[in-house]
Amino acid sequence: MNMITKGLVGLRDWVDDRFPLMQLWNDHMGQYYAPKNFNFWYYFGVLSLVVLVIQLVTGIWLVMNYKPDANLAFGSVEYIMRDVDWGWLIRYMHSTGASAFFVVVYLHMFRGLLYGSYKKPRELIWILGMFIYLSLMAEAFFGYLLPWGQMSYWGAQVIISLFGAIPWVGDTLSLWIRGDYVVSDITLNRFFSFHVIALPFAIVGLVALHIIALHEVGSNNPDGVEIKKNKGPDGKPLDGIPFHPYYTVKDSVGVIVFLILFAAVVFFAPEMGGYFLEHNNFVPADPLKTPEHIAPVWYFTPFYSVLRANTVDFFGVPGKLWGVIFMGLATMLFFALPWLDRSPVKSIRYRGTLYKSALTIFVVSFLILGYLGLLPPTPGRTAVAQVCTILYFLFFFLMPIYTKLDKTKPVPERVTG
Amino acid sequence: MNKLITALALWAAASLVFAAGGHGPEKLDANVNLGNKTSLQRGARLFVNYCLSCHSAQYMRYNRMAADLGLSDDVVKENLMFASDKVGDTMTIAMKPEDAEQWFGVAPPDLSVIARSRGADWLYSFLNGFYLDEKRPTGVNNLYFPDTAMPHVLAELQGLQVKHEGDAHGDGHGGHGGPVLELESPGKLSPGEYRQATRDLVAFLVYMGEPAKLVRYRIGFWVIAFLLVLLVAAYLMKREYWKDVH
Repeated sequence: MNMITKGLVGLRDWVDDRFPLMQLWNDHMGQYYAPKNFNFWYYFGVLSLVVLVIQLVTGIWLVMNYKPDANLAFGSVEYIMRDVDWGWLIRYMHSTGASAFFVVVYLHMFRGLLYGSYKKPRELIWILGMFIYLSLMAEAFFGYLLPWGQMSYWGAQVIISLFGAIPWVGDTLSLWIRGDYVVSDITLNRFFSFHVIALPFAIVGLVALHIIALHEVGSNNPDGVEIKKNKGPDGKPLDGIPFHPYYTVKDSVGVIVFLILFAAVVFFAPEMGGYFLEHNNFVPADPLKTPEHIAPVWYFTPFYSVLRANTVDFFGVPGKLWGVIFMGLATMLFFALPWLDRSPVKSIRYRGTLYKSALTIFVVSFLILGYLGLLPPTPGRTAVAQVCTILYFLFFFLMPIYTKLDKTKPVPERVTG
Repeated sequence: MNKLITALALWAAASLVFAAGGHGPEKLDANVNLGNKTSLQRGARLFVNYCLSCHSAQYMRYNRMAADLGLSDDVVKENLMFASDKVGDTMTIAMKPEDAEQWFGVAPPDLSVIARSRGADWLYSFLNGFYLDEKRPTGVNNLYFPDTAMPHVLAELQGLQVKHEGDAHGDGHGGHGGPVLELESPGKLSPGEYRQATRDLVAFLVYMGEPAKLVRYRIGFWVIAFLLVLLVAAYLMKREYWKDVH
């Protein structure tokens, strides 16, 4: 036993002389001081990482049997579901993982809104996070074409044709994206390439940057208090605890709870009533047969609703083009949050009624837009979507005003636990 | 720009179709039980006898079915295989899609995953929804799939139904007061036996849509049981470590 320990320590020291092993460990785990008052909302960062790993690992195994070929793709997915040992499990983990990724990322972003995590000095963490979110949307969009079902095909057809709304270059651009006049085998091949190589690379790289930036400035917390302002004689933050072992053991509990919920979906409801795996996607793609109702998967529907809500032409620009512009803007505005928010406090605990109301209205609008995006439009639904779209944008456009006017409460010196 | 307008026009048209076609007659409840092996076996027999000459199930292997339904390869070979003699083959058919299109106007769809796109209730309703209609080339129409190209293949079992429009007090929302089907000439099976037979067939289609369904509930139970035990251990460890955090 002693020999083994000695050997391992020797190996560690040998590596450490040639690579900053202990320094990396201490900077990010052993001596990384995190606020001791993290609550429920602080699980979703580590859960995003867990889902990322699930997606990468199951993705590697799926690619071993998937065929990116318009004639074979649909059948190869069924081959995975039937003939590959545990293929159904790997596939369901990947398809459920896609939705789970958006669930945890949306909650992670909402945490940022609750506690002002994007505010100075964490603007860059937020921006890197937004790039991860955008890459994730692209990753999900490219991946959704691969099963080559009717929804895969027509969803891609509709979304790519949106680029056609851009004046002058639109048609050329959408032709360039598809590589063909319709979504075809060529499109499938390039989407496969993006899905399994380009975007996973980008996401992993961005996640690394996101974490490096976070560990440079330190984590925010539910009180929005900078723990680095109160250090003990040993130079350690008084309200901080080393990430390892305290948060590694605490996050383990959160991860297991998440895995229980995840397993419940994977084993008992992988289709999630048609929201995670759409019924129509079990019909092979048919370029000659347009489905009755084309709706994107649930995580895109809020933006899809914004797109459809623009029905009015103004300033000489057709409503459809405004739809594309506002849909783009609806995602991009998050980038500006650190500069739109003029409040002196970070956390919702010390903000006034104005911000609390604005955030509530925003979240409710976002959820209603998401729900409406799943349904075919009717005049009534479009009117509701238009109201929600306006409220969605007012949250951002009026933010400099209401955060400035808001009556904030005094922030304590130390975290309140 | 034109592409976008086309795409949006397409949504608009699609939603109109959806709004118009969304309220068909209320579907019957298939109520299938995948745990009942004999039901699945009867369904398999009906499937290979009545469906598998026009419809393929190109992702389903005979020996997989044998293993899952508790049958030996020999039993399957003798009783359920007409198109092939290798038990490792998938359920393909000899009819060419082009020929089928000539004969029926549309090639019969592959049924491997039909239960996943249509749902069990729809399939069960469809199989019980045929009625006489001399305007159709096949002589029958379907309550749940108007103007279907499929003839009533199971007519010898069910017999033939006629459609009566609902009473005049119908509220126009289907269900109450909607059309009613009545058996005109009986087939080999009684109405109850026919419902059971179609239920068996739909159970088989549901199984075929996802063979893993037979095992995933059981495995899922153990996975979650294991995670719950792990959760207790992890929680106790967390509590132990956090004792000194105040």
